Amino acid sequence: MPALDLVANVVVSGILTGLVYGLMALGLSVIFGVVRVVNFAHGEMMTIAMYAATVLFAALKLDPFLAMLPVAAAFFVFGYALQAGLINPFITRPEHSQFMLLVAVAIILVNAMLMLFGPDARNVQVDYQLDSYELGPVLVDKARLFAAIAALVAAAGLFAFFRYTLTGKAIRACADNYLGARVVGLNVKHLYSLTFGLGAACVAIAGCAMVLLVDVTPPLGPSYTLLAFVIVIVGGLGSMAGALLGGVLIGVSEALAGLFIAPSAKSMFSFGLLIIVLLLRPQGLLGKRA
Amino acid sequence: MSLLEVRSVSKHFRGLRAVNNASFRIAEGEINALIGPNGAGKTTIFNMIAGVYAPDAGEILFAGRPIHGLRPDQVCAAGIGRTFQIVKPFAGLSVLDNVMVGALLRSRNAADARRLARGIVDRLGLGPKRELPASSLTLPDRKRLEVARALATRPKLLLLDEVMAGLRPTECDQMVALFRELNRADGTTILLIEHVMRAVMALARHIGVLHHGEVIARGTPEQVVRDPAVLECYLGEETEV
Amino acid sequence: MNRRSIALAVLGAILIALPFMVGNYALSVATLILYFAYTGQAWNVMMGFAGQLSLGHALYVGVGAYAAGALFFYYGIGPWAGLWLAIALCVALGLVIGFLAFRFGISGVYFALLTIAFAEFTRIGFDHFGWTGGPGGMFLRVAQRDTWDLANFRGPPLMYYYAMLALTAGAFALCAWLLRSRAGYYWQAIREDEEAARALGINAFRWKLLAVAISAAMTAVAGVFFAFYYNNLFPEQIFHISRSIEIILGPVIGGVGTLFGPLLGAAVLTLLSDGITEALAAFGLDIPGVKQVFYGLVLLGVVMFLPHGIWPAIARRLRL
Repeated sequence: MPALDLVANVVVSGILTGLVYGLMALGLSVIFGVVRVVNFAHGEMMTIAMYAATVLFAALKLDPFLAMLPVAAAFFVFGYALQAGLINPFITRPEHSQFMLLVAVAIILVNAMLMLFGPDARNVQVDYQLDSYELGPVLVDKARLFAAIAALVAAAGLFAFFRYTLTGKAIRACADNYLGARVVGLNVKHLYSLTFGLGAACVAIAGCAMVLLVDVTPPLGPSYTLLAFVIVIVGGLGSMAGALLGGVLIGVSEALAGLFIAPSAKSMFSFGLLIIVLLLRPQGLLGKRA
Repeated sequence: MSLLEVRSVSKHFRGLRAVNNASFRIAEGEINALIGPNGAGKTTIFNMIAGVYAPDAGEILFAGRPIHGLRPDQVCAAGIGRTFQIVKPFAGLSVLDNVMVGALLRSRNAADARRLARGIVDRLGLGPKRELPASSLTLPDRKRLEVARALATRPKLLLLDEVMAGLRPTECDQMVALFRELNRADGTTILLIEHVMRAVMALARHIGVLHHGEVIARGTPEQVVRDPAVLECYLGEETEV
Repeated sequence: MNRRSIALAVLGAILIALPFMVGNYALSVATLILYFAYTGQAWNVMMGFAGQLSLGHALYVGVGAYAAGALFFYYGIGPWAGLWLAIALCVALGLVIGFLAFRFGISGVYFALLTIAFAEFTRIGFDHFGWTGGPGGMFLRVAQRDTWDLANFRGPPLMYYYAMLALTAGAFALCAWLLRSRAGYYWQAIREDEEAARALGINAFRWKLLAVAISAAMTAVAGVFFAFYYNNLFPEQIFHISRSIEIILGPVIGGVGTLFGPLLGAAVLTLLSDGITEALAAFGLDIPGVKQVFYGLVLLGVVMFLPHGIWPAIARRLRL
């Protein structure tokens, strides 16, 4: 039985990482919740963001936190274009058709990354990566803490956008009722594209944060896609708080599973959790029943 | 002997009383109708008979056997066929194949099923269109297909949910003639939900009137259209039939 | 219908005569195409017939392979007996997944995610399962590759080719028969409109489970073939989601729910991708990932422009 402060450290680390996961999942939840598109390429987008951060760091010595702005902007545009150009024309097609579309995009993205960057791991080395704050027995990594804070700020921003702005409310209207929204004159296709752009921007910020914590390789793409889905389903579809909560839960449970069982078994736990949640409470912890 | 007996059946959906203590009986070989304003609970009763929902209270007996709580496929196997208010054809299949799906319930062998289906398709006037995909049919033909499919399961009781909706008067008359024929020749018992009074008056031997989930009147057509409660809630004072 | 029978006979004749027309490398490519046509057809039973999207079919290949492989590895039991264990295990797994999914009303995308989760769970599980070699893999000994030893399924590439051909032809015949049977009609009805199907006396739950069981059983056989063809099994590879995606590419591109779709899709994909790899190699380029990007692009193109797959479009042109 590992010592209590080791467990505490692992839990805190899990919470912080979980918040970054949560931001990634938030992007997916927003996309899934509004546009009803299963973004099977979500993890690949996350991985691309991580690579973008490494490239910007290598070329311009740009700190990932600063890189968040340009990368998020670029991803917003990319997400908007993807939805507008590729997915919007498919809204009326059956569900598995849309799914396949994004599976195709995911395959292209992950292998394009393989082609461009090769299979070796890349990462970012900043000065403060090895620093940590001491909170009693717990050692909190500086980088991890900042990453978590960035995730929270981004999530809060998104939440405020949906709550307080007109566009945000319009998007929520579309999510609730596609036909109704069109009837009252909302340009639903534009709003969908906007939503996808926002979701992509979330992923971008999460990716830039994550690259400080983890080395990036192309196969991370599919792993993150699945992880995002696990989180969104566990936390609850359509619930932003649920995505963050789910992220933290998964972060902590992964960390604990890594400690008590074996590091490589962490994902097994997540998948087991996904299966259980899908069966017992498909609306997730904070979601609403469809 | 009543073929179908609905006894004090109630159903509520999260606080909304859809059906409240409704009772009626259908004699074998008769055509009966269930009328009432929208939201009165007619389709809910149908769905309870058909096994889509279980009643919260009460019983439903078919040929003396309790069927409330059975699954839709079990209800069909017991001898009740139904159509849907919004038609549900198997769009990708041909007309004949659609009906075959129904026929395969009783005729396990595909060849026998095809023969049965063919007969029904011809009888319902869809013969020339039997190889066409169901998605290419007009609304009246889709309604006919819906009936044909249900008939292929050789039901003792046929539940028709607003089958006249959207049909022109001539098309409606054709359907009426069809049902009359089915009832006369095969002895199929029919229960209709209808708003089109023309059809109800032409077909029904007995009518039940629902309002706010309760049966407010029962009787022959002549009795029901004179019932003041019915006139007030549904037919309107000026109704002439 | 007659044009189709003639075309089918011609195709059959070509496939049977193929080994005498091409060399060993081409034969191995052909075997691979048939393998994907077969697994695609097996997957098709679940998707095309019962309408359930499975993105975790590699689970059955892997379990089938490991089951037969372990029996051979530890007890020297040949593939023909191992086949039964493989099928039994996979059917049981499929029934569990199907039961859980259908009982709890999980369909569409959620079902797909469920299948992915099961496959991933198993992949990681096998990585930690020492008895089957863990991540290091399991290696089946190959006595010889010269003479046809059907009992142990060892022999020259020719034998494997004909075995795969027989399996694919068998799958084709099975699916053709199923489509025309009561099961076929019921599955199509369920796929088109489950509620309407139920109103016609169809116990959708049971029939969907049947499709899952048949699909799993067929895929298990592919797993056994895989084990004795490649002779080394690694959890990371055999259960990986890429394998599951490879399985669906053939039928999705060729045409879901059709008989010829999986074969056509597998052929188009494998031949074109091999062609590209060769072409690139000729230019001295050997970049990992190119083949898969190509797969992705073809899939994208098909989903966008030929949503019913290539086969229906071709069949219409050739009036088959």
